[in-house]
Amino acid sequence: MALRNGVSFLRLLTLRQSARLLTTHTRPELQNGGKLAEFPGAKAPYVTEMRFLDETSYDPIPIYRVLDNSGEVIDRNEEPNIDNDSLVNIYKTMAQLSQMDKILYESQRQGRISFYMTNYGEEGVQVGSAAALQPQDLVFAQYREVGVILYRGMTVTELVNQCYGNHEDPGKGRAMPVHYGSKQHNIVSISSPLATQMPQAVGAAYAFKRQANNDRIVICYFGEGAASEGDAFAALNFAATLDAPVVFLCRNNGYAISTPSSEQYRGDGIAARGPALGITTLRVDGTDTLAVYNAVKKARAFALENNKPVLVEAMNYRVGHHSTSDDSTAYRSVEEIEKWTKDESPIQKLKLYLERKGLWSDEEDKAWLKESRDNVVKTMQDAEKKQKPHWKEMLEEVYHDMPPRLQKQMQQMEQHLKKYKEHYPLNQYQSD
Amino acid sequence: MSGLVTNGSVLLTRFVSRFNGCTKRLSSHFTYFPDNGKPVEGETTKMNMMQAINNALDITLKTDDSAVLFGEDVAFGGVFRCALGLQDKYGKERVFNTPLCEQGIAGFGIGLATAGATAIAEIQFADYIFPAFDQLVNEAAKARYRSASQFECGALTVRAPCGAVGHGGLYHSQSPEAFFSHAPGLKVVVPRGPISAKGLLLSCIRERDPCVFLEPKILYRSATEEVPDVDYTIPLGKAQVLREGDAATLVGWGTQVHVLLEVAEMAGTNLGLACDVIDLQSILPWDEETVCNSVKKTGRALIAHEAPLTSGFGAELAATIQEECFLHLEAPVARVAGWDTPFPHVFEPFYLPDKWRCYQALVDLVRY
Ligand SMILES: Cc1ncc(C[n+]2csc(CCOP(=O)(O)OP(=O)(O)O)c2C)c(N)n1
Ligand SMILES: [Mg+2]
Repeated sequence: MALRNGVSFLRLLTLRQSARLLTTHTRPELQNGGKLAEFPGAKAPYVTEMRFLDETSYDPIPIYRVLDNSGEVIDRNEEPNIDNDSLVNIYKTMAQLSQMDKILYESQRQGRISFYMTNYGEEGVQVGSAAALQPQDLVFAQYREVGVILYRGMTVTELVNQCYGNHEDPGKGRAMPVHYGSKQHNIVSISSPLATQMPQAVGAAYAFKRQANNDRIVICYFGEGAASEGDAFAALNFAATLDAPVVFLCRNNGYAISTPSSEQYRGDGIAARGPALGITTLRVDGTDTLAVYNAVKKARAFALENNKPVLVEAMNYRVGHHSTSDDSTAYRSVEEIEKWTKDESPIQKLKLYLERKGLWSDEEDKAWLKESRDNVVKTMQDAEKKQKPHWKEMLEEVYHDMPPRLQKQMQQMEQHLKKYKEHYPLNQYQSD
Repeated sequence: MSGLVTNGSVLLTRFVSRFNGCTKRLSSHFTYFPDNGKPVEGETTKMNMMQAINNALDITLKTDDSAVLFGEDVAFGGVFRCALGLQDKYGKERVFNTPLCEQGIAGFGIGLATAGATAIAEIQFADYIFPAFDQLVNEAAKARYRSASQFECGALTVRAPCGAVGHGGLYHSQSPEAFFSHAPGLKVVVPRGPISAKGLLLSCIRERDPCVFLEPKILYRSATEEVPDVDYTIPLGKAQVLREGDAATLVGWGTQVHVLLEVAEMAGTNLGLACDVIDLQSILPWDEETVCNSVKKTGRALIAHEAPLTSGFGAELAATIQEECFLHLEAPVARVAGWDTPFPHVFEPFYLPDKWRCYQALVDLVRY
């Protein structure tokens, strides 16, 4: 965010220096003896030169990276200290995710599940960030963060059951596919309306802050599209003013369905909003799993230590269609997609890195991909055989205790089903 | 119009066509009854509801220079393709994407209308209209009243796809008409098919009050009719009587009209009874006269809607019917609706006020 050419002061906000570095070059046109004005709303110097700022007044916020495209560490000092097992686990989770996406996407095409969304191209942001968190941290996700969910320990079986909405779905078949959630793994159940999770994440972080010996932060994932919602601004501003230990992780993948980021915002992306609101901010290469890991690890430590928010903008590309309801060739070129699949695949980059370190090989890769695929296919076959929850689950848990009116409605439906059972797919659902 | 149909590689077409797939597995939720009558004479073209809406938007952009069309993903046609081809035809200044922000879309539309433009805003799903609730309920609805007609935003129309599709779950299925029916100053309209969609949408766009136009998205592709080519409107605030009889009055709107038309057929076949079937079309203001005249004739009323029972718009109809038709009623007014729960994904077949639930309610009503 350095102000370009000859501007009066320079603010550096980096994670390394948690304190702000304010360099006030004493410039002749500073009035009032350089003394800052003391308006309640701004402490700033007076000047006599009228200068409007615009998006070219600032240098673009740089993109932090650790690996180059061939999986080589660019600056040895930045190589994270991750033990070998964890490194392999990160990679395996990313590869597993990609295989799961392929099969479940296809299964939607075959009419086995009603809907699906893939994570292609964003595996690195998801798993790299998840690896930098602690199990006790609370996750508020958007929907394209399945790598986070897998890494935190939800099993492929649980996820597939959710997509099928069978009786083993922890969400009891009530939500559309990919709306996962797990109390056990500290993942708040995903809700479709965009950005609603963001102010909620801040409130949760505030509650953590007030707990004795707090060792938890909140991480809040959101897309660059969702960042246009009013809730997104509310969340950032609340987090800043109420000093909440929350890490905002924006997945900037270039698109919100068909809308390119160039029609979503002007200025320097989502990261630029951080310093403007007084939030410590970093932009990172989202295709570089290690860079994301470093970023989130530091961000987490900073948030916890200072009880302050951090904004991380991870730059990447949505390689897949928005969802099974979308065909992205209607609004972007195949060449554009290819560019990002070929050179910028996070999975490929991390694989090359692991190979350089002698931690992974092509044979191991082949075996793991096959194991991952077999696992998903087997799980799907099982999930398909499982019945959906009892229809009465439809009316449960609307309230803590079922109100009489809802009890009456349940009785009405029960009566109705006695008489008209042949017209309802009761055999697909559990029964009394 | 043929260009519209051939582009099959499009967003959410499958959202809807998958439903058709689902009907094979699940029991079918409704059968579409095309309109036989024509609102105007002249040439017609076979259109589905998406194409009829596209046609109404096209007519508006062609005939009204001030008109603009906008919303999330509208530039490439919108996720349901209702704006398909219109940016190519009318340019990026008139048909465009907005940032992803429903409160922004509604407020921007109010501003456009305040300054003399015709504003047609698309909210991607009715389930996502709630961030815009403040702008619509506190601003659009009250602009004329609070300024004593110095300002108004009647040239605003907000379109949003609503209703069940077979697999939409909590947030791609809702029917929020009742929320907006509680905001004096707004007009709320729901079409039942291509012919009614074109005429009602053109009315909304030209109406001097801000309108919320809720489009049952299951009908976009599954409902096809011969739609008049000319520019025509269907009056707001007026219901349509689609079938006539003396046994009972069945009232619905949107997709539910088709459920009730089938129930009326079942009553004819199984019970030898003929019913009035009324498509309310306009939720706010609604056609008290047509509904009450029918109930005075039949003495029995059944109202059905997808939205939850409690405080659904059926409650308003029932209250007015008992007030206006009390001495004519042979039975309490019956309501069949979604249960008082969020809209559930895998339980949709049990949630909806389907033909069996409506039929049984009708049997109870006539045997009361
Ligand atoms: C309030 C709201 N408005 C609209 C939608 C429909 N919708 C679902 S995803 C999406 C695009 C989101 O884009 P982005 O936040 O960039 O996430 P990405 O899909 O790129 O991961 C839209 C418009 C929604 N779910 N919620
Ligand atoms: Mg995006």
